Amino acid sequence: MSRRYNLPIEELRFHAQALRSLKLIDYGEPPSFKGVELTELGMFITNLTTEDEPILAGDLVQTKTGVKPLGQLLKDIRKKVLQMVAEAGSGHLGASMSIVDILAILYFMKMKHDPSNPDWTERDRLILSKGHAAPALYAVLSEAGYFPEEELATLRELDSRLHGHPDTITPGVDVNTGSLGQGLSVAVGMALAAKMDKASYRIYVVLGDGELNEGQVWEAAMTAAHHGLDNIVVIVDRNQYQLTGTTEHVMTMEPVSEKWRAFGWNVMNISGHDVYAVLDALEVCEHTKGRPHVIVAKTTKGKGVSFMEGNRFSRSVPNASQLQQALEELERD
Amino acid sequence: MQFKAQVEYFGRALVEKGATDPDLVVLDADVSVSTKTGFFREAYPDRFIQVGISEQDLVGVASGLAVSGKTPVAAAFAIFIVGRAWEQVFNTVARQNLNVKIVGTHSGLSPSADGGSHQSIADIAAVRVIPYISVVVPADAPAAGCLTGEMIDRRGPVYLRLSRGATPTVYPDDVELRIGRAETIAEGSDVAVIAAGNMVHVALQAAESLRGDGVEAKVVDMHTVKPLDRSAVIESAKETGAVVTVEEHSVLGGLGGAVSEILSENYPTPLRRVGIMDRFGMSSRNYQRLLERYGLTPEAVAEAAKQVLEAKKK
Repeated sequence: MSRRYNLPIEELRFHAQALRSLKLIDYGEPPSFKGVELTELGMFITNLTTEDEPILAGDLVQTKTGVKPLGQLLKDIRKKVLQMVAEAGSGHLGASMSIVDILAILYFMKMKHDPSNPDWTERDRLILSKGHAAPALYAVLSEAGYFPEEELATLRELDSRLHGHPDTITPGVDVNTGSLGQGLSVAVGMALAAKMDKASYRIYVVLGDGELNEGQVWEAAMTAAHHGLDNIVVIVDRNQYQLTGTTEHVMTMEPVSEKWRAFGWNVMNISGHDVYAVLDALEVCEHTKGRPHVIVAKTTKGKGVSFMEGNRFSRSVPNASQLQQALEELERD
Repeated sequence: MQFKAQVEYFGRALVEKGATDPDLVVLDADVSVSTKTGFFREAYPDRFIQVGISEQDLVGVASGLAVSGKTPVAAAFAIFIVGRAWEQVFNTVARQNLNVKIVGTHSGLSPSADGGSHQSIADIAAVRVIPYISVVVPADAPAAGCLTGEMIDRRGPVYLRLSRGATPTVYPDDVELRIGRAETIAEGSDVAVIAAGNMVHVALQAAESLRGDGVEAKVVDMHTVKPLDRSAVIESAKETGAVVTVEEHSVLGGLGGAVSEILSENYPTPLRRVGIMDRFGMSSRNYQRLLERYGLTPEAVAEAAKQVLEAKKK
């Protein structure tokens, strides 16, 4: 189902061309497709074609402390990321904030996993290949119940289970990352093993857009497509910045989607902060067989705090008053 | 003397292990004709994975298979699998202590005609500095077959270093060796020659000629450079008071380095290292002539033995 429009994905796809010819729908022109946007009239007509009662899914999520509205969960995670990095005195804040929504959607609305049994063999796997966004992963894992919330305050400290970059010492982390460009290759190995074992779990991989500079990403992209690994879903966190500037200033990466398409992948472009668009794209991945999937998710680095957006807090740490201001802003919105 | 190829014995040992170990998976970077993992592909096509000419991806994919409970063997030329994918071995394989088997064929000067670009003269040093991973350098083809099985049965990361073509045999086909346990193959009390890989045979020849000069040389096959059999090293030094190391590798950081580290801290002993003297390789249509050019000969080992015997007298 498309959670955004409450319609079966197949049906949306079936109607898309007809609707477009009537100018009831807009999905851009190649090569720059945008997400499918139904016009109001289009929505009305499409509603006539289905007898399904609209269901509101995904607004509430289960966390270890009980049911929460998703919006509140996302705020809580962002606050924790801010507090962790401020406490640790270092960390990649901007890159963590841009990926909060996607990680939360995956862990709270999509992936099969069991925080009380992190080694459950049937679980879906996630590799945070852009390992410097570890604070976001830790905050999500803690909310899900993998380890006590108090541990978040130990980020990057000696003897902490929360290292500067993901490590399997942390409950819920399957693969060490931190050295950019290696996560997708590991995912390929995990996906091949799943196929050999006839297991149905998926492997989700979060790549940074700067990380796409690494040649090994494209080696792995070839291998995944060659072996038809449709159990891999890559999400590119297209926040448009890397360490020393904009991605396009440091190294021209566009057209990103066309590159993946040329490598044989099923490519989708969405906003990484639009919950329903993310859910729809993830569902499309389940219906497309024979190819690996990549969701190029346009995001905002430092998302959620106005004065942190862009590259301003790429690696800098908020002082006490900035932290206070940021937490207040998150609460206000 | 018989000549047999290590890669052939390695390839056959994989097939043999594959029959009883359903989790054994073999990965290739488009060199299976040369590494002889093609035997495994023929026998178990569903457990053979091709990643193309991409050693970094090769090591990463092997890591993912290991994370998922498989026993992956990733084989390619030593210079490329260790050199190009060193950081993948460090960060993804070893740091997680993954059960990945890295096999570097065509090591040392053995791809002689291909020249310096294909010769691997620093791989032992490069892998030895990585925590957790074992470094295994078989002396001949039967040893390669036996140690392939040992490697697969041993949990955790292992680097197996093999030569390209047929080399002189030291052992019978049914040899039994254990990773981490040095093998004494000639007894002698005047000098100890500690060798690895193809140079074990050269050490034996040197011992033969030394005997003619009245010098009794002990020859130790140090097929596991890491974890090094410390007691075998220290005992050899105590028994003889003079040590020579021999390897088809740079004299910096390899077997000679490892033995020097142990002895200098535990039992300082006159020592000479025979190996490649901090130089790159070069082309030679004839492998034997290349070994001679680099001083990897029984004569050079015997000469080094005489030097340590002199030093011992002082």
